[in-house]
Amino acid sequence: MPEDAIVHGVEWTVKELFVYPNEFIYWSIQIVMYPYMTGLVAGAFVLSSLYHVFGQKDLKEIAQFSLVFSLALLPVAALPLLLHLQQPLRAMEPLMTPHFTSAIAAFGIVFTVYGLIVVSEIWFVYREYFVHELTVLRDTGGFWNALRRVVYKVLTFGAKDVSDSAIRVDHKAAKILAAVGIPVACFLHGYAGFIFGSVKANALWMSPLMPVIFIMSAVVSGIALCMLTYIVIMEFQAFRQRRKGGTAQAGETKGAEIDVISKATRYLLGFLVAAISLELLDLIFRGYTAMKSWDILRSVMYGKDFINIFVLQYTLGNLVPFVLLLLPGRTIKRIVVALLLVLFGVFMMRWNVVIGGQAFSLSFSGYMHYHIPIIPHSFETYKEGVFGALTVIATPFVLFWLINKFVPSLRRNIGKA
Amino acid sequence: MKRHVLHPLWVAVGVVGLIFLARLVLVPDDFGVHGDSFTYNYYRLGNIDEWKNFPVKYQGSDTCVECHKDNVRTHRRSPHKRVQCENCHGPAASHPDDIEYLPLNRERAMCLRCHADLDYPESSARSNLPAIVDRHHKRRRECVTCHNPHDPREDVE
Amino acid sequence: MSCSRRNFLKDAAGAAFVSSLPLSAFVILTTEEAKAAVAAATVRWGYLVDTNKCTGCGMCVKACKNENEIPYDAPVTRTWVERYVVTKDGTTHIDSPDGGRDGFTSDKIRDEEVDPENIAKAFFVPKLCNQCDNPACVQVCPVGATYKTEDGVVLIDREWCIGCGYCIMACPYGVRFFHPDHKVADKCNFCYHRITKGMMPACVESCAFGARRLANLRDPDDPVTKIITTERVAVLKDEYGTKPHVFYLGLDNNVR
Repeated sequence: MPEDAIVHGVEWTVKELFVYPNEFIYWSIQIVMYPYMTGLVAGAFVLSSLYHVFGQKDLKEIAQFSLVFSLALLPVAALPLLLHLQQPLRAMEPLMTPHFTSAIAAFGIVFTVYGLIVVSEIWFVYREYFVHELTVLRDTGGFWNALRRVVYKVLTFGAKDVSDSAIRVDHKAAKILAAVGIPVACFLHGYAGFIFGSVKANALWMSPLMPVIFIMSAVVSGIALCMLTYIVIMEFQAFRQRRKGGTAQAGETKGAEIDVISKATRYLLGFLVAAISLELLDLIFRGYTAMKSWDILRSVMYGKDFINIFVLQYTLGNLVPFVLLLLPGRTIKRIVVALLLVLFGVFMMRWNVVIGGQAFSLSFSGYMHYHIPIIPHSFETYKEGVFGALTVIATPFVLFWLINKFVPSLRRNIGKA
Repeated sequence: MKRHVLHPLWVAVGVVGLIFLARLVLVPDDFGVHGDSFTYNYYRLGNIDEWKNFPVKYQGSDTCVECHKDNVRTHRRSPHKRVQCENCHGPAASHPDDIEYLPLNRERAMCLRCHADLDYPESSARSNLPAIVDRHHKRRRECVTCHNPHDPREDVE
Repeated sequence: MSCSRRNFLKDAAGAAFVSSLPLSAFVILTTEEAKAAVAAATVRWGYLVDTNKCTGCGMCVKACKNENEIPYDAPVTRTWVERYVVTKDGTTHIDSPDGGRDGFTSDKIRDEEVDPENIAKAFFVPKLCNQCDNPACVQVCPVGATYKTEDGVVLIDREWCIGCGYCIMACPYGVRFFHPDHKVADKCNFCYHRITKGMMPACVESCAFGARRLANLRDPDDPVTKIITTERVAVLKDEYGTKPHVFYLGLDNNVR
């Protein structure tokens, strides 16, 4: 067979017993990454809105960071979809001829709307800073400063009014956008759950609870990633300051503050409880109603995928971090471990939904096993393999580093510049 | 109200405008609802003709009889009459215009598709066909060396 | 809940739906198009599989692959034949090696011998796209690249499919796959290029046993339509509400 005649899915699917000839694991690692990354976006935004809308003052610093971080995550929510398409050059078609009876058709529109909201909110929060930078940079020389000047000039959009009344309007607009953004963020992710929940052919996916479960676990993972990144960055900065021996700004040497983290932890726990409750409800209901598909579902969940579901996802990814976060005398180190486990748990949940849903044949008479390509030997095995997933994970951090050069989300006292 | 508040809105309007502009250029004119349901009949009309013009490969034995009268006549009198010429001879496609010879499949496996004994109960359609046990009957010989596929009642001389 | 509020919700939902429709959703048919639509309404393709007649020779699968340019050795196929061997203890053994492309020439099922003394019944079941009246695959296509024609066949636009695989996931029958060369979704279309020329689908033509037949369900004089309307036929996976249009004679309870 010529190289381009490779059948999508053959590479990583191993069939057992009777499986229809055309069945393969068509939705692989990138479709695991897609709801995972979208969830992180939605969760990061919700965390930032807790401060902007509900005035949770002690979340202020992490809120500003997570707002900018959610922008860095945003393109990465679309990246896995793009990598997964068999015809990536036609990726704009859902915007050209949207067929709205398909959950995927809404993606382009919801994604665009959401992107505009995030960008606008950031603009309102940082406009004052942009104008300020522009005045500071006015008489400086050098290539880097010239570049920054141009960027900030574009970013101000010609709105250079920094009078008190103008700033008040900015803050109000940011607050409104943050409020509007919450339902849109939930929609962005809820419908990712709908994409799966509405597939009536798939016994594991079809559930009206799916969108809600997705939103809850999305917020959990988003908060966890923001907290983790925040801790790492702040600790790193503090560490660098200490090594320099400088005492430049007292504020910047503090590292991550335990009370900010504690507050965020409380929200994390709340959403974690909601997510686990819904997932268990779904599981109990399936077992109790025991429809035709239950036999094969049970054999997958309690048999073939037992380790993935009950050990890795529920125990290691949910129960252990839950206990770690609840035990008194929290330390930053312990929280970091718990956050890593939470992120891993949500990833396993996505994995168990996407891959687990394809672990059994539509005939209910056989199984499919997923062997993720590790060493790529073609573009397809790269993008549908471990390295494709790592690329997707790494991208938001690179983007954040870039964006943060111009929109310093980690500097304290932004807005009073 | 400060004017600058509306700036992001203009960007949004611009983005939406761009999308609609792109639609004008990229969406084929015949794309739309052709039928009574947006759910099931939203498509590019021209695609129907593209499928109708897909090339036909299997021409049917009525085409074969035009040149191969004798063989077809023998075949049509035999118990094999229900087996289409092209099942064994392969799709005629553009034969004889562009393809001069059709590759004939003489393999034993071809005959075994129907005549390998599967030892199933009477109720199985397969049990009604004459069958051989592959490993017991003239192993690895081509069936057509002894049996005439056009009329299996005749032996090959 | 008060009446007025419910009405408001209804209106709001309606308005949201209308405003979300793309502009191209409203197309006024020309006279020719309208005529063509009426003419097409005299045809609704259906299909009849007689499982009592299938011998598992696999000629249909071979013909389909050749006719429809599906790479012959690729493990995907528009139609396939399944073998069911039910033993006396009630166990069902199912297989379909290479989709039955080379027929069933061995007693073994996945290299496992089934004692012939123990077999209660054995039969073959051809499968193909059901050309559903409510095709789940069409409903979920995000770009309108798959659709139902006026004569009931579900087609795929190879120039417009983005290859997201949602239709493959949505089909309860597993008939869809990615075409190895074209990199778009693919499936049986009753050989649309043949049936619109008055020919039979390649699988029907190649079947020596009359196990596979095409029907125009709108023509009451069609002999196959007569069988479908007068005899006891069944469809696959009725419970999904897709209204499949491939009918089966002698369908066994064990068929998945």
